[in-house]
Amino acid sequence: MTVRVQTEDFDIGAELEKLSAGNHQVGGIASFVGLVRDIAPKGSGAASSMTLEHYPGMTEKRLAEIEAEAQRRWPLAATLIIHRYGRLEPGDRIVLVATASSHREAALESCAFLIDWLKTEAPFWKLEDGPQGPRWVEAKVSDDARKAKWEK
Amino acid sequence: MKLLYFAWLRQKIGKAEETLDVPADVTQVGQLLDWLETLGPNYATALKERKAVKVAVNQDYVGLAHPVKAGDEVALFPPVTGG
Repeated sequence: MTVRVQTEDFDIGAELEKLSAGNHQVGGIASFVGLVRDIAPKGSGAASSMTLEHYPGMTEKRLAEIEAEAQRRWPLAATLIIHRYGRLEPGDRIVLVATASSHREAALESCAFLIDWLKTEAPFWKLEDGPQGPRWVEAKVSDDARKAKWEK
Repeated sequence: MKLLYFAWLRQKIGKAEETLDVPADVTQVGQLLDWLETLGPNYATALKERKAVKVAVNQDYVGLAHPVKAGDEVALFPPVTGG
């Protein structure tokens, strides 16, 4: 039940430990970590980076709503979404989604649900800066399809 | 009315936000976009491809028929690409 939008990096191990701390009903934690991919061709020596922009206020609101929807659909002991913004380099962590539950199905399914919904609902925009210059990343139709899979 | 622009809409319009006195006959999102287009070539260029323009009113996603009024926070942005 935690949403954080920040420029700083996060410690995956410490964050996952906190999800079950003091709660021995938790039987499993599922997590997804999104990273910045290097878009420069391998061995080209070219540099690439990414700058993430977001809509302060609406971002936190939408993420809290997505998290609440996951809580409605699955029996979850804890959920966590951390999303970074600002300038990031290849290999940097962008997002952490984690869910804790008594059983693995609820944890795994809700984790996949959260990242699929986040991708199409949370107001973030990626600006890639690669060998061809800065370019806004376009939304993918396949992401909408993945979100639609969870509609009911 | 407070207008916010993000990503390439911000770049094309040339500002991140502004407060505008919108004419009284502009009562829906679609009419607001039509009116903004008349403010200058930068707005017209940014809003030309309407399918690529998403709108939030008071931080909720809305369609073109959604009402707008003085005091609203209206954000225009391209489809989101987080995660």
